[in-house]
Amino acid sequence: MWRYFVPVAVLAVLAAFFYGGLGLNPSKVTPPLVGKPVPEFSSPTVRDAAVNIGSADLKGQVALVNAWGTWCVECRHEHAFLLEVARTGVPIYGLNFNDDRAKAVAWLDELGDPYVTSAFDAEGRVAIDWGVYGAPETFLIGRDGTILHKHISPLTPAVWRHDFTPLIQRECGTVPCPRIDRE
Amino acid sequence: MKAGFRAAAAFASLVVAAALGQQITPIAPIDDPELDARYQALIHEVRCLVCENRSIAESPSDVAQNLKRLIHAMIVEGKSDAEIRTFIAERYGDSVLYRPPMQPNTWVLWGGPAVLLLLGAFVFARIVRARSAQPIEEDEPE
Repeated sequence: MWRYFVPVAVLAVLAAFFYGGLGLNPSKVTPPLVGKPVPEFSSPTVRDAAVNIGSADLKGQVALVNAWGTWCVECRHEHAFLLEVARTGVPIYGLNFNDDRAKAVAWLDELGDPYVTSAFDAEGRVAIDWGVYGAPETFLIGRDGTILHKHISPLTPAVWRHDFTPLIQRECGTVPCPRIDRE
Repeated sequence: MKAGFRAAAAFASLVVAAALGQQITPIAPIDDPELDARYQALIHEVRCLVCENRSIAESPSDVAQNLKRLIHAMIVEGKSDAEIRTFIAERYGDSVLYRPPMQPNTWVLWGGPAVLLLLGAFVFARIVRARSAQPIEEDEPE
């Protein structure tokens, strides 16, 4: 009995593993920060080096944080839709990284500025804390400062409807969520 | 299928975007040879997420440069290898490390080969024992 059972059992276990492995996508790494609080940061803004933007500014609202750079081709494609989302009243905070300040300002002036404000992270240090490894990447932040969702690659109407809108509605019932005043 | 293609296109553009990024500022080796050896070992252990199957040591991408600068700085600050690994894995996930940590969801990964080896040894021992119990120069009974 054993001599038949063992090979069949080994084969079954291997088959189960390989079958499971077929469905995995190595480029879809589960973002470890989802469900955790926003990483603490404080950075000068793109438009004004004297003004700082940090994690404290995000509290109390359901907002997007969008990592971008003028070197990022897909960000240019995404930009028009970000403007559209901003027009609906959803606050979008930018995280500009590994970029040149003058180029970033020119980009916003030329293409329009969907951001409440953009952090200027020249060395990419804040981007590391956010686990950002490319651009564009978009985070959805809850009112309590928890990261609710992370989307890698450009934001599109389909992604917005499918992934973001339901989560925002779960937070407060409407899109956009009204801001809760701090203090 | 379409989604797969779109994902591939997005990924390709990420790679291009990262490659076209700012000029790479070369990262100087650490003066202390012992620290530099640790730095070299660590950057070969961290996966570049933009260009899979390359370590950040081999990757020219901006994000890899950022991570190398960070590891460089953390070593100079006196952080241990374990602290640096944890720091990076907390942000990018365990899969960023080529050597995954030992924890419940990797037990099969780490223990699997040993279990298979033991299983093989067990089967082998049984076969050997069964054979040696048979009288010599006699075919297996029908």
